[in-house]
Amino acid sequence: MSFATQLMDIALIVTFVVIALAQAMSMIRLVMGPSTGDRILALDTMVVNAIGLIVLLGIAQGVRIYFEVSLIIAMLGFVSTVAYARFVLRGDIIE
Amino acid sequence: MTAEIIGTYAVAICLLVGAGFAMVGAIGLLKFNDSMTRLHAPTKVGTVGIGALLLASMIHSFTVGDGSLHELLIMSFLFVTAPISANFMAKVNIHRRACDTPPEPPQDDTWSTLNVPEADREMASPSVQSPKA
Repeated sequence: MSFATQLMDIALIVTFVVIALAQAMSMIRLVMGPSTGDRILALDTMVVNAIGLIVLLGIAQGVRIYFEVSLIIAMLGFVSTVAYARFVLRGDIIE
Repeated sequence: MTAEIIGTYAVAICLLVGAGFAMVGAIGLLKFNDSMTRLHAPTKVGTVGIGALLLASMIHSFTVGDGSLHELLIMSFLFVTAPISANFMAKVNIHRRACDTPPEPPQDDTWSTLNVPEADREMASPSVQSPKA
């Protein structure tokens, strides 16, 4: 076990903890959020951070099956953000 | 120093950089004191952080075996859609008057972002209604 591998293991653990902390902080903003825009923004940030967590899981386990999962979550997150914003703006998603 | 060791170092550095950017984005989302200011931090910095994590995943796939550039798809998708969703959230903030609204337009009744569709006029609170409706 070389120094490089040890460094990568430590970096993986640190990144897991930091992204999970970021997720918790956006959760706080989601609960607090004074306006609707803040809540949509917090949900969007949580989706993006979830993609990061899944990618990290793929690196840690050394498998490549998490690529499709994160791609689909990225698309779903964008569509849901736009749908929520359009619902607030127009009162309807598809007019 | 073989290519594998250099790749492992690059993965570690990319992971730490990505974690730092994502953390800065989350801190900005939590600590800024205005809706439009809060929009800045996660939509730009957070996206760059996740982009660095995806880059780390790509380099890792090249170091352990046969590499693949599939993560470029997620990266480009995130970088293209982040400004669009940020624009939509800014429009929501203007619509809900969570920030300074623009001055009245010279010709039309009101800006289309501030406008409420006919069917929802009764539902909307008086502060959200357009002035000449």
